[in-house]
Amino acid sequence: MINWEFIIGHLNYWFFIVLMMTGLYIVIAKGNLVKKVVGLNIFQTSVFMFYISIGKVIGGTAPIFPVDMKIDNNIVYSNPLPHVLILTAIVVGVATTSLALALIVRIREEYGTIEEDEIFIIEHELDSSNKTPNTYKENGHF
Amino acid sequence: MLSGVFSLLSALLLITLDAVDVAFTEAAVGAGISIVLMLSTLTLTSRREKKSKNSNLIPLMIVIITGVTLTYGTLDMPNFGAADTPSQIHVAREYIKRTPEDIHIPNIVTAVLGSYRGYDTLGETAVIFTAGIGVLLILGRLSLRPRRRAKKIEKVL
Repeated sequence: MINWEFIIGHLNYWFFIVLMMTGLYIVIAKGNLVKKVVGLNIFQTSVFMFYISIGKVIGGTAPIFPVDMKIDNNIVYSNPLPHVLILTAIVVGVATTSLALALIVRIREEYGTIEEDEIFIIEHELDSSNKTPNTYKENGHF
Repeated sequence: MLSGVFSLLSALLLITLDAVDVAFTEAAVGAGISIVLMLSTLTLTSRREKKSKNSNLIPLMIVIITGVTLTYGTLDMPNFGAADTPSQIHVAREYIKRTPEDIHIPNIVTAVLGSYRGYDTLGETAVIFTAGIGVLLILGRLSLRPRRRAKKIEKVL
């Protein structure tokens, strides 16, 4: 079963898995929040490519008919459904990316850093310095 | 920035895979809007990354295990570009056959996006609208807001 044809036919999946794991590694290992977002973008692009590669037919063409709508039945078209799905996914991906970046800007404004470790340290010290619940009221904070 | 180059290259790959509509979107949105957002975030925050002290071993292990599992999952997948796979012979043929009769426009992707799956596209615009409102609420009046937390942090440090 494992022959040359099988390997060539599955190379695309393996490439996209490598790309996806690169993104996953960046998301897990990097402490910088902007880098985490970049990693997420790489991850989702690899999923997009995976879907589009499923829809490809060798010898097929883009799923667009001639403008005069004279359709030749011998022409093979690639599968248009993954394209539609991914078109939606790309736009939604940009929406989530922009939201994540806005949150990062806000975190930077509050904490003065976008490094995960430093945020944890600041959070920990804030918690230990505000043990009594009345501190908030006395300082005029909410 | 490298991320923009990456988006552009992936758009080229999508063209070779016959997904021209997706490539257009990726080039406009991924290489355009995303990069502008990313660069403006970097300008508002810091440009240099600080070295992380955590070891890279555990993430590497997780990534390798996940990758091997996924690769194992692809062994059952059909070969690239085969015309007789379930994804090609199920409903896709119906859409290709019926688009000229039902919708009368040449582009099948547009037909599915705008007509067959029109409600999905409506939901997609709702998502973008929500994200836009979210960004506005998070970043709105950025300079006018008093920096309560920052003062507290200074006190702590």
